[in-house]
Amino acid sequence: MAKKNTPNLDFNSSWNYAPAPEDTKHINLKKQYDLFIDGKFVKPTKGKYFDTINPATEEVLAKVAEADETDVNKAVKAARNAYNNVWSKMPAAERGKYIYRIARLMQERAREFAVIETLDGGKPIRESRDVDVPLAANHFFYYAGWADKLDYAFPNRKPQSLGVAGQIIPWNFPLLMAAWKIAPALAAGNTVVLKPAETTPLTALKLAEIIQESGLPDGVVNIITGAGKTGAAIVNHPDINKIAFTGSTDVGKLIQKSIAGTNKKLTLELGGKAANIIFEDAPIDQAVEGIVNGIFFNQGHVCCAGSRLFVQEGVADIVIRKLKDRLETLIVGDPLDKNTDIGAINSKGQLDTINKYIKIGKDEGAEMYQSSCSIPKKGFFCRPTLFLNTSQSHRIVQEEIFGPVLTIQTFRTVEEVIEKANNIPYGLSAGVWTDKGSKIFNLTTKLRAGVVWANTYNKFDPTSPFGGYKESGFGREGGIHGLSSYLKF
Amino acid sequence: MSKTLIIPDFTKTATIDQVGVEERCARFTSRSIKKDTKLHGLKMVLSMIDLTTLEGKDTEGKVKQMCYKATHLHDVLPGLPTAAAVCVYPSMVKIAKEALKNSNVKVASVATAFPSGQSTREIKILDTKFAVDNGADEIDMVISRGEFLKGNFNFVFDEIAAVKEACGKARLKVIFETGELSTLDNVRKASEIAIYAGADFIKTSTGKISPAATMPVTLVMLEAIRDYYYKTGIMIGMKPAGGISTAKSALHYLVMVKETLGMAWLSNEWFRFGASSLANDVLMQLMKEATGVYQSSDYFSKD
Repeated sequence: MAKKNTPNLDFNSSWNYAPAPEDTKHINLKKQYDLFIDGKFVKPTKGKYFDTINPATEEVLAKVAEADETDVNKAVKAARNAYNNVWSKMPAAERGKYIYRIARLMQERAREFAVIETLDGGKPIRESRDVDVPLAANHFFYYAGWADKLDYAFPNRKPQSLGVAGQIIPWNFPLLMAAWKIAPALAAGNTVVLKPAETTPLTALKLAEIIQESGLPDGVVNIITGAGKTGAAIVNHPDINKIAFTGSTDVGKLIQKSIAGTNKKLTLELGGKAANIIFEDAPIDQAVEGIVNGIFFNQGHVCCAGSRLFVQEGVADIVIRKLKDRLETLIVGDPLDKNTDIGAINSKGQLDTINKYIKIGKDEGAEMYQSSCSIPKKGFFCRPTLFLNTSQSHRIVQEEIFGPVLTIQTFRTVEEVIEKANNIPYGLSAGVWTDKGSKIFNLTTKLRAGVVWANTYNKFDPTSPFGGYKESGFGREGGIHGLSSYLKF
Repeated sequence: MSKTLIIPDFTKTATIDQVGVEERCARFTSRSIKKDTKLHGLKMVLSMIDLTTLEGKDTEGKVKQMCYKATHLHDVLPGLPTAAAVCVYPSMVKIAKEALKNSNVKVASVATAFPSGQSTREIKILDTKFAVDNGADEIDMVISRGEFLKGNFNFVFDEIAAVKEACGKARLKVIFETGELSTLDNVRKASEIAIYAGADFIKTSTGKISPAATMPVTLVMLEAIRDYYYKTGIMIGMKPAGGISTAKSALHYLVMVKETLGMAWLSNEWFRFGASSLANDVLMQLMKEATGVYQSSDYFSKD
């Protein structure tokens, strides 16, 4: 019979989903990857390699070359040579054809890319399959279309390419970030030296294989692997015209210091601590979905993650109750399982950082709530975590955690929430949930954030610019704005 | 229920964002249902089906045949459940009741001037009482959509309450005909009105209007049920009807119920499918699981 007066919902006592792991037999991974320079895979000068592991199992997936200054030199030289002699001289429509070809090859091998992205980075296959890979291909498609239409994108401004772009990308969306960087750079007529993050180099190297297959002239795209030192060598290289960096605010500041006084162009896409704001008149059930999507998408490894939740007091209890119930239905575990909602934390180091913040939150006296799910013993995993009763003065509210940890504050008035939302050094993104259009427009003009989502969260499209205010960086990626970062006028 | 219930103001029901609802539904359909989960799920679906015939040309013979099917879904395969109920017009209740007397299959009767509901309250009450007197275990009433769309929510509320009274011990399912309500906000509003007026079950459609049951409509109704449960601890049942004809989509509905309301609703006491062709598709899938091959539809009885 009905359980009377005990309004608890039970989501997991029976009829649980049988494992549905994605097949990995179809992928083609080499044991060792060299540097992709001048259209060829070449060994690193010093012969040094490092391991890249699967964060869900801690098993080694492949060995990857570590580029030093000499290798960076070679790559920049190849890029300069390709720029001077081939790419800048090629008719723009021809450049577009190559970019289209890369997009199509990526689509053809979407399944392989998705599986490797999940193996190397720990994100659920559902996301790499439905978000990362298709979006990455779409970025190439979108910018391919602009290649021969730059004069129409910027009428009467005589857009010209910059030269060689040095690009350094993070580990949270390895392939997608490579696409965000490479596609507009090529469409604008530049050549590229790209360095993927050291924990997630594999899909960028697979992209190098596709680029080879596409017949793109040698040296137009060079992909070299390594850690911070390799990145520094790119940033400091005198023959690079433009640096594009996505990553932490600390490293972003270092980069800005080190290129001061040079005429390198710079775009930075750095950290964030976005406010996700739920008003009383919001569609509550959909807002709860948006909260989940905002903070637990990609294990919270998202610079624009909605990590600070603001709920208007009148609906705080019901929102929190619904959020807790929703947490119980999130499946944490094997990233390759098609039913997994939250996969593995990208690295041991990142898991330590997250756990450090969870401890700080507890020590600060915030009320912690975690879902009751079990997590695998091996690999790096973290339960979805809420911190209730927090305030702007809590460190867990002020600092970027970059994990599945949500802080929850309540608010009373519109003015109050605007002030609190803006009371942070970051300004990348924000979310607003209300049934009232005028309220949305009022907030979008007052929130100091590069992206404000209304009644949705974490939506990306190649046609839409993305980027931050304040310590979240400057410059835009995506859309026409993203092209202009790779042009001079 | 001894506890007093405050009736909310139905002009101010919860708001719904259609885009968000559709996205959530897409997530349900991306769940991968395999092996034992699939087998168990398919059997659950069978046990939740209200086999339905609601046609002007219905005869006693047709109803008897359907009743036999309800209790003998596919005798070749042992261990199958029966259907949950048969759903017929009031004039056929007696026949169905007699045909199902040795089984657990319930007899549900549509009533209240089904499918349009365009009649007087007196006639609707008489229609309900006739079905109940003939032995109906469940009554599937339709709401007055015209009055609802006019904003006459009290009329709709009172009508449901009056029919509920006429039902006596029979469980009341309230059909909204969501295809005529046009927005999800209206679906949410109708759900709250029906639940507070005494519905035991809320049901999407008559099957006579397209679109009938859809996942977004069903999700909005499940969420209304959840909100009522949060407030009162009282469970309300859900019946999507019409338009669900494949085993795969039925499993998606079960995923939606599981992840919205939880395990307690995954039984035919609280969740039903109003469908006629769904049963055979589920049976076909079950035979495929058992034998490894798909069989022609001619191997599955059409009653």
